[in-house]
Amino acid sequence: MNKARSNPLNTVMMHGALILYTLIALFPVFVILINSFKDRRAIFREPLALPNDETFSMIGYQTVMKQGDFFLYFQNSMIVTVASLFFILLFGAMAAYALSEYRFRGNMLMGLYLALGIMIPIRIGTVAILEMMVATGLVNTLWALILVYTAQGLPLAVFILSEFMRQISDDLKNAGRIDGLSEYTIFLRLVLPLVRPAMATVAVFNMIPIWNDLWFPLILAPAEETKTLTLGSQVFIGQFVTDWNAVLSALSMAILPVLILYVIFSRQLIRGITSGAVK
Amino acid sequence: MKRARIRWHILVFLAPAVTVYTAVMIFPLFNTLRLALYTRIEQERVFVGLENFRTLFFDPIWADQFWNALGNNFWFFTLHMLVQNPIGIALAALLSHPRLRFAALYRSAIFIPTILSFVIVGFAWKLILSPIWGIAPNMLDWVGLKSLYAPWLGREEYALTTLALVSVWQFVGIPMMLIYAALLSIPEEILEAGEVDGITGMAAFWKIKLPLILPVIGIISILTFVGNFNAFDLIYAAQGALAGPDFSTDILGTFMYRTFFGFQLQLGDPHMGSAIAGAMFAIILIGVCIYLFGIQTRMRRYQM
Repeated sequence: MNKARSNPLNTVMMHGALILYTLIALFPVFVILINSFKDRRAIFREPLALPNDETFSMIGYQTVMKQGDFFLYFQNSMIVTVASLFFILLFGAMAAYALSEYRFRGNMLMGLYLALGIMIPIRIGTVAILEMMVATGLVNTLWALILVYTAQGLPLAVFILSEFMRQISDDLKNAGRIDGLSEYTIFLRLVLPLVRPAMATVAVFNMIPIWNDLWFPLILAPAEETKTLTLGSQVFIGQFVTDWNAVLSALSMAILPVLILYVIFSRQLIRGITSGAVK
Repeated sequence: MKRARIRWHILVFLAPAVTVYTAVMIFPLFNTLRLALYTRIEQERVFVGLENFRTLFFDPIWADQFWNALGNNFWFFTLHMLVQNPIGIALAALLSHPRLRFAALYRSAIFIPTILSFVIVGFAWKLILSPIWGIAPNMLDWVGLKSLYAPWLGREEYALTTLALVSVWQFVGIPMMLIYAALLSIPEEILEAGEVDGITGMAAFWKIKLPLILPVIGIISILTFVGNFNAFDLIYAAQGALAGPDFSTDILGTFMYRTFFGFQLQLGDPHMGSAIAGAMFAIILIGVCIYLFGIQTRMRRYQM
């Protein structure tokens, strides 16, 4: 390693800049979290102080529990996210396998057709999507959301997974064929396990936008029993604007699940982004 | 054997993805563009050609709102390009320094806002900037700048810029990560060759690294463009469907939502909503084409 690229003053300045930006990035989250545990007076008197014996209060959380059905919202978000990821990965891997493994007429064209959706946001088609969901009776069901997110996630999934599947050796698959395995068994038993890292990348990329989406839950499934956590907290906060304890607690409750997911998956997410899967 | 047998398994593998994608994405997309050519007259759907677009662009009531939303959207995008991407590049350049300690920690922390939903981000900043709570004015007071404080989200002249900066705060993690990855993939030999010629530190960044990561900056720009021109959630969460004060934060996404669903006394109009969606589609398509044919093909790429 060369000395010319590091001197102590530079190092201090670099850390200084990074610490400053990290504080800017975390400050709002920190303020919301600490104030959600304080009573109303303390929230206004000393917004930046940590809660102590005197000011500690869970009143906000009690209101949220009483008034909003956050467990139901959480469950809905969970079902929608997990089911969408399952279909994106299954259908995406199947299509990616067909495109990368077999030569057939229209292969290139099919690949391009599926890739169109990477750049064009599905939101543009909202008017017709709502019309279709109303016509098929899927409006205000979680299926409407699952279908939309699956369609939205497929293009990038097919693109990434087929890049990875092209790297799997033909010898392996041919050995399977000689042993009499069907094409389906080869896909399930040989290919899928080998592309697991790529599938994890696709899953992590899709997870956050699906969990956080406000547009489609608002339009396709705004009923009380199908609200997702994002929409549920939006509506709850809108109703309780003046109850600061409740608003801060609701925000914290919306932050925590994502933060936990992030702690679990951040390694995967960062590796996914930095592995050059999306160049 | 002359006749090729049908390989059913290919069909089975492709069918689910193609069906869902076509039925829920491609078909509605074109159907929306088609609906933009109709209007509702006395409960009947009537074909009117490009009439809706004429209304949208030239009818005084609609045109004002449309051009206002479009202009705001361009300002929103410009701020992202001018603030988000340079900060992202700077952070990535710092993080990719070979002997920096705690790089993983900084990286994970700075990425946290990106994973939060717009609802959280919108409300959190609304509370922090609020004059009632007083966090923002008090903090400015500490550094002696209290006179600079204004209820930014409530003022027509500042609200959009403030929201754009909040959005920048939220998404700076994405350019940071992508550029960080690109910087790490630059081979050590190239940098060492530069050092031999006396190019180090900032000069190495400007003269060697930046030209090498230009293609990635191009991709980030087009991602920002597409993301900004169908943005909706943050504005809706922070300012509501009316994109107040006085429509000063209205962008195409909120304008389309309001038109499609109606608000207060105005009834929802799916056909005008479709027309706005059509305009958004055209704008995004133009942007993507400029990128693909005008920028990407002309960009100089270096083999590494």
